[in-house]
Amino acid sequence: MKNKLFEKYFVFSPYFWLVLFFFIPLAIIFKISISVSEWGMPPYQDIFLFDNGFKINTTFENYVYIFSDYYYIGSFVNSLILALISTFFCLLIGFPLAFYIATSNIRLRNILLVLVVIPFWSSFLLRVYAWKIILQNNGILNVILLNLGITSEPLQLLYNQYAVIMGIVYTYLPLMILPLYGYLNKFDLNFIEASKDLGLNRIKTFFKVILPLSVPGIVAGSLLVFIPVVGEFIIPEMLGGSDRLYYGKILWEEFFVNRNWPGASALAFSGIIILVLPIVIFQILYSRWSEKNEI
Amino acid sequence: MKSSLIKSTVIFLGLFFLYFPILVLIFYSFNENKRVMVWKGFSLRWYNELFNNEQIIEAFIISIKIAALSATFATILGVMIGYSLVRIRKIPFKSFYIFLSSTPLVLPELILGLSMLLFFISLNNVIGFPSSRGQLTIFISHVTFCIAFVAIIIQARLTDFNKNIEEAAMDLGYNYTKVLYKITLPIILPSIIAGWLLTFTISLDDLVVASFTTGPGANTLPIVVFSKVRLGLSPEVNALSAILMFALIIIGLFYFYFNKKFKH
Repeated sequence: MKNKLFEKYFVFSPYFWLVLFFFIPLAIIFKISISVSEWGMPPYQDIFLFDNGFKINTTFENYVYIFSDYYYIGSFVNSLILALISTFFCLLIGFPLAFYIATSNIRLRNILLVLVVIPFWSSFLLRVYAWKIILQNNGILNVILLNLGITSEPLQLLYNQYAVIMGIVYTYLPLMILPLYGYLNKFDLNFIEASKDLGLNRIKTFFKVILPLSVPGIVAGSLLVFIPVVGEFIIPEMLGGSDRLYYGKILWEEFFVNRNWPGASALAFSGIIILVLPIVIFQILYSRWSEKNEI
Repeated sequence: MKSSLIKSTVIFLGLFFLYFPILVLIFYSFNENKRVMVWKGFSLRWYNELFNNEQIIEAFIISIKIAALSATFATILGVMIGYSLVRIRKIPFKSFYIFLSSTPLVLPELILGLSMLLFFISLNNVIGFPSSRGQLTIFISHVTFCIAFVAIIIQARLTDFNKNIEEAAMDLGYNYTKVLYKITLPIILPSIIAGWLLTFTISLDDLVVASFTTGPGANTLPIVVFSKVRLGLSPEVNALSAILMFALIIIGLFYFYFNKKFKH
């Protein structure tokens, strides 16, 4: 009954594209990460040598090199800390917003949701650039601080880690709010009333009723912010200074400046293993699980 | 009463935080002065200079071209994935299929860009193509990481709507292809448009992957803008920002319109 040819066409066209242009490139990163580096173009040796018989020419030198040098480990740790702090602030600002939007009446709710997400549609690069203008020495924030008499001379607000955190929280906030809202929106707000009727105060209601119900939203939102921030390159480049090096910058320089392709590939592949793989495996297990439970 | 005051305050502050930087940017785009931060008076001077800046105009045309093409390809392939995952039972190595179609969403752009660049270089070493990188390689990379976004939207839409409609049509004598074109496709059409608009914007906005896969004659708009504002400020970029943000927000509103159209 079903058109088998049609199904094959639907399944295999994107399958082919993604294997060719996504899976093979990842495999190539892995291949280069275990190649012996040398001066030349390309700056690494082949992993299969055929002169004097067949020989496999691989090494874990590049991984050892990265994981034993504080320069690399330190920047990766910096990125993890940056991502942790930024995720925390996104949650701190995003949660009350998502909660109050979800408890608004339905017409207002949709308008507010669109208002919150619309800035996310305007250019990422330009939104970061906007903060560059705000945080200038003679920028609007310094003018306000001076006029209020909080400081007597302009503060150096730009080119440090705080400016980076500011930029990240600003640009990634909608990614936190959306999943939070998605989950908060699902549950019946009578829960809150019921818990009040049962004598729980505001704080107890929050910790015993609201918070547990929004855990899936918190997890989803935090992952959406945390992972890309670890690999973030543009924001530290635009707003950050030399006080802190991050994973993205190191990877970029290892490739473009030091021309150490195996080293850069090892950095990238380590990033995949540490950051991406756990989530992808979780996702696949989860979708298989929900599929089975449906049957 | 007191809690509704807190609520309005939180929402107001949140929206202020989100819109204030955009408004600042638009405000400064009307500054006559070449030194961006020193206000000299209202003027459209930088808009005028912007439209006469050949480098920016050229980059804009290249970006639009790449974005439109990659959004179209990514939408076609993404619809196929979304449809396969929801409606087709037998997919060989299904876990691998899910892996391929969802990983680009969580992979940092930097890693994706590096892998694409090394792939194109290796491919050139093996088959002599692509001999140089440029618009084609950016296009391929953009399609690759945009597919996943469309797939998710379509998957959600197809899971939402009742399979019985398709089965009823089949019982009434429609064949598989006819059901697809007469029933399924029209129902998911708003989501397809939404997916296209989303991937168009993502491609237009991408800096990192494009920086890795670009070559001679393929300076996209974000690449040019980044080179202008990496170390300082640029009044022309201010004017560009105001226009671009306005245009992208309009696209965003259309996206919401199409994505929500059949939800209720």
